[in-house]
Amino acid sequence: MWCVARLEISRLFLSPFAWAILALVQFLLAYLFLSHIEYFAQIQGQISAIPGAPGVTEMVIAPLLNNAALVLLLIAPFITMRAFADEHRNHSLPLLISAPLSATQIVLGKYIGYLVFFLLQLTLIVLMPLSLMAGSAIDFYQLGASMFGLILLVASFVAAGVFLSSLTTQPVIAAVMTFCLLFLLWVIDFAASSNLSGQINWLGWLSLLGHFQPMLEGQINSVDLSFFALFCFVFLLMTMRRLDAVRLSR
Amino acid sequence: MTILLEAQNLCRQFGPNIAVQNIDLSVKRGEILGFLGPNGAGKSTTMKMLSGNLAPDRGEIRIDGYDLLSQPKKAKAQLGYLPENPPLYRELTVSEYLKHCGRLNQLRGKALTSAVDTVIERCGLGEVKRRLIGQLSKGFQQRTGIAQAIVHNPAVVILDEPTSGLDPLQIRQIRELIREIANEHSVILSTHILPEVEMLCDRVQIINKGQVVFADSLAALHQQRYNSSLKITLANPPQVTELNSLPNISAVEIISPQQFRIVYQPEQDPTENLLAVAVAKQWALNELVREQDSLEDIFMHLIKDDASIAEVKN
Repeated sequence: MWCVARLEISRLFLSPFAWAILALVQFLLAYLFLSHIEYFAQIQGQISAIPGAPGVTEMVIAPLLNNAALVLLLIAPFITMRAFADEHRNHSLPLLISAPLSATQIVLGKYIGYLVFFLLQLTLIVLMPLSLMAGSAIDFYQLGASMFGLILLVASFVAAGVFLSSLTTQPVIAAVMTFCLLFLLWVIDFAASSNLSGQINWLGWLSLLGHFQPMLEGQINSVDLSFFALFCFVFLLMTMRRLDAVRLSR
Repeated sequence: MTILLEAQNLCRQFGPNIAVQNIDLSVKRGEILGFLGPNGAGKSTTMKMLSGNLAPDRGEIRIDGYDLLSQPKKAKAQLGYLPENPPLYRELTVSEYLKHCGRLNQLRGKALTSAVDTVIERCGLGEVKRRLIGQLSKGFQQRTGIAQAIVHNPAVVILDEPTSGLDPLQIRQIRELIREIANEHSVILSTHILPEVEMLCDRVQIINKGQVVFADSLAALHQQRYNSSLKITLANPPQVTELNSLPNISAVEIISPQQFRIVYQPEQDPTENLLAVAVAKQWALNELVREQDSLEDIFMHLIKDDASIAEVKN
């Protein structure tokens, strides 16, 4: 399992693609970070008189991580698209299949590989909020909860991306499918929230955003944790089934 | 001798098409089995099933005593596989790639390093080991593919058309490599090139339309001659009937006014008699060539037989 992850990571970092994405995402978020700070500096004087006014964590870090979630949603499909689609197209899957590895090990190995890439990206991102410590006190509990939420969110993106990549031999199709699915699950609660209140809001329950938002505010609910865990589990299980299905194909 | 790979009754269908039907196969230690057949006969399907990339509908496969379907990990640890398209990652260098392949096959630490060094030397990859696989010539890519199949020192190596698409020099080098590999491993070699089988293999299995039409040693295949013939050139030829009337000759075929093909039963060789008569009657014999059924003819014969049987059935 670890050797598959290692292979995946080294292949990822040998292409300029991964480095470019790391750099560009960092650049984009740095710009947003600075604009959030500037806005906060402007209104700081006006709101400082109000008791219980939002601090730097609520005004800068939370919006920044919210933006980061959206940016990662945009780029995750392009990273995960290669997972299996590329192997199918290169005819390199037999290398993994003929090795003494189970389908579970192959899928989890690839999953861990991509997760490591995104953890690196998140490490770079978290440096920005931490740099605020130089001039201000920040709420570590809220930051911790938000980062934990972001990790779970990205883990879900990757799980969905790896599964959709195993369905096709064209990486681009895999990327588009992943993007559509993730975007749908992101905005699905817009439709749900327009429903009459009082009904059971199952569309809203499916929304990734709906489960991420409380964590951004510092609440860790077991309902959200189980949602993300279930989401990853289901997609990884389907990927394993899919890998077996290649062997049984008619 | 121990049997390292054994397959029984393999069957595989793709939708309504039967790709492989009741194929039995076995390879002993240190043996090269040639798996021969025209394109589309089911060679690659069989290779995929033996390597665990395709599940058979029926039948069982045992590698080094382990059942491939119920103990896949133990069986696959004893297996090296080079598919028709070598499974290479173009962005890695040769030695990086082979290291990863060793790791996938559970080699670690010192054993991994020494296995990779050995395989690079054996496959003649020393000069290109730091180059990217994507930049290598097809011959070197194919060697890298073979290196990948033997890096973990498996008992059985399955090579699916290893020489296709190479130039004659590369083909010769790859063949030498395969012969060397067979000193330590059992090899199953699928190909549609007949001389390759003649050069490399100890045993041959010919399949056509998913069924085995011949399975025996190469020597037995050569004995399957249907008839033998002589090609003669006479500057001063007699009438064909006169040639025909000589003893032990079953047929005479006219190639050109001066050239004849004389067909005879393998056990009744008329050459000596023919020479004596030719000298006595002053036919001015210029050329006498003994023609043998080549492997090619036998192959075509076996496949044609099968096709004609199928036609009769229909």
